[in-house]
Amino acid sequence: MRSMKIELYPFSEKMRVSGGGRKTLTWAVDFGCRKGEIAIRTQKQSDTLAGWMFILPAIAGFGILTIVPIVLSLIISFTDWNFLDGLKGLRFIGLRNFTEMWSDKWFVDSLRNNLLFAAVTVPATIALSLLAAIGLNKGVYLKSPIRLMIFMPYVSNIVAVSIVWGTLYNPSMGPINSFLRGMGVADPPGWLASSAWALPAIMIMTVWANVGYNMIIYLAGLQGIPRDLYEAAKIDGAGPARSFFRITLPMLSPTTFFVMITSIIHSFQVFIAVFVMTKGGPGSSTTVLTYYSYRTGFDFYKMGYSSAMAWILFLIIFLITFLQWQGQKKWVHY
Amino acid sequence: MELKLAGKRLSLPKLGLTVVLAAFGVLMVLPFVWMLSTSFKIPIDVFNYPIEWIPKRFNWNNYQRVWNGSQPFDLFYYNSVKVTAITVVGTVLVCSAAAYGFSRIRFKGRDAVFFVFLATLMIPDQVTLVPRFIIFNYLGIYDTHFALILPGMFTAFGVFLLRQFYVGIPEDFSEAAKIEGAGHLQTWLRIILPLSKPALVSLVILSFTWNWNEFVNPLVFLASKELYTIPLGLTNFIDESGTDYTLMMAAAVSSILPVIVLFLACQKWFIEGVVSSGVKG
Repeated sequence: MRSMKIELYPFSEKMRVSGGGRKTLTWAVDFGCRKGEIAIRTQKQSDTLAGWMFILPAIAGFGILTIVPIVLSLIISFTDWNFLDGLKGLRFIGLRNFTEMWSDKWFVDSLRNNLLFAAVTVPATIALSLLAAIGLNKGVYLKSPIRLMIFMPYVSNIVAVSIVWGTLYNPSMGPINSFLRGMGVADPPGWLASSAWALPAIMIMTVWANVGYNMIIYLAGLQGIPRDLYEAAKIDGAGPARSFFRITLPMLSPTTFFVMITSIIHSFQVFIAVFVMTKGGPGSSTTVLTYYSYRTGFDFYKMGYSSAMAWILFLIIFLITFLQWQGQKKWVHY
Repeated sequence: MELKLAGKRLSLPKLGLTVVLAAFGVLMVLPFVWMLSTSFKIPIDVFNYPIEWIPKRFNWNNYQRVWNGSQPFDLFYYNSVKVTAITVVGTVLVCSAAAYGFSRIRFKGRDAVFFVFLATLMIPDQVTLVPRFIIFNYLGIYDTHFALILPGMFTAFGVFLLRQFYVGIPEDFSEAAKIEGAGHLQTWLRIILPLSKPALVSLVILSFTWNWNEFVNPLVFLASKELYTIPLGLTNFIDESGTDYTLMMAAAVSSILPVIVLFLACQKWFIEGVVSSGVKG
């Protein structure tokens, strides 16, 4: 170890350490300090180092896998680029990807389907999961097996689940239509084979898959509501409907806010169900932004256009989240 | 309003609610029941109506045909087990170290970096897909299992989940360790990790489920069939096995089974993981 010299400057509130290296460090330490305080200063420096060391692997991974890609993606979205041509084929075309997409029928239809999909699946999932949670929370027999059954679709992989539902939806022979015919429906929907019913079919499956997750979140939210609130309401003569609207719903509003934001974000990212069940068809009836952007990039090799659409998707998600965040003051009670 | 049954008093309203919710629960699992029963049928019985929930003519061969058929299902399975196991171990190490840094050490810039982490949760995967494809090509890990393991390991969600837990561990524990001369590395390994077992178990289970079910990364970053994991192998299987629904269902059951078994065995942790992902967020 190299020798170190510590000089204390009387009257100047400074201490000088030299000899540890070429640099001379000067710390601002009170002249009249006790030994402990110098220790704290050095501790802080080593904490900074230790802190960065602990988060370093995560930061490196995120840098390479998320931050750099985001920047690259933005740059690529301003280009016309076929990946197979290599970097030489990269041409900057300014905002053209962003302006021309609006006259692309497939993009417009994808966007429309995404909006429809969110408008139906988000409220339906929230309503069903809230009802199920309230029911379970009221106290039922067999609570845990019922909760298990409702949650099961969420853990199963969507590829397998889409294959199963695709068979259930079989228009001529599938069990769903056999059942409907048995119930007296003469002309049941063509489901995945019909351009009117394919999107609703995927919506139904998506709601089915997500109810369990949101129900668990709601159950936790319900358990956080103090019992005395209900008792106080009862003493004041409030009926069950009144205490539901005056206590349960307001007290659950932070949970609903969370469920809504995550459901909307997830609904815009629907991909696997479309990929496995319909490939976007029939026609353009079930194509969505994630699917069309994937096809554009990895089937047609138009990386620039694909990235531009991915950014539109992100902007929509961002905008909706932002508006929700702004609007929460009106209805979310913390 | 009460009903006596086998010596127990049952309240009628509670019983009514139970019936309604149980019916809903059964409706939710019907697709699984149908999948399971079809996987034991012979092809011409698949669409019999009324639905045969228990096959009249049992066929045990479908699973054998899936596993020994034209598609290397056992290889897909092996790949899934391998990729998932490595990813889960990596996730736990990376996320718990980062969570320790973000919660138990005070240093300059920490909160800003953490905020950036959280913000990336909002970015859809689609945005990073094309650049990742290019980066993986450049790094030479396109069409290798690293292309699945790396994106799986670095999950902002995992960091967030563990950090929330670490913040709740009283400062006294690390103070005591510090007084006994333990550095941060030892405090993390000896004190914080053992204390955070519940959160770690939740993270392991959720991360296992997500990575086992992951579909988009293999779809985009793999080209060779012998590297396929189960979900991608499954679509490949469907494309090539035509419309033999009994085989399709046997393959689907095989792909879902490990997660369902894990779920049934550890439901408590599953549910706690989901809850901590939600409520504390």
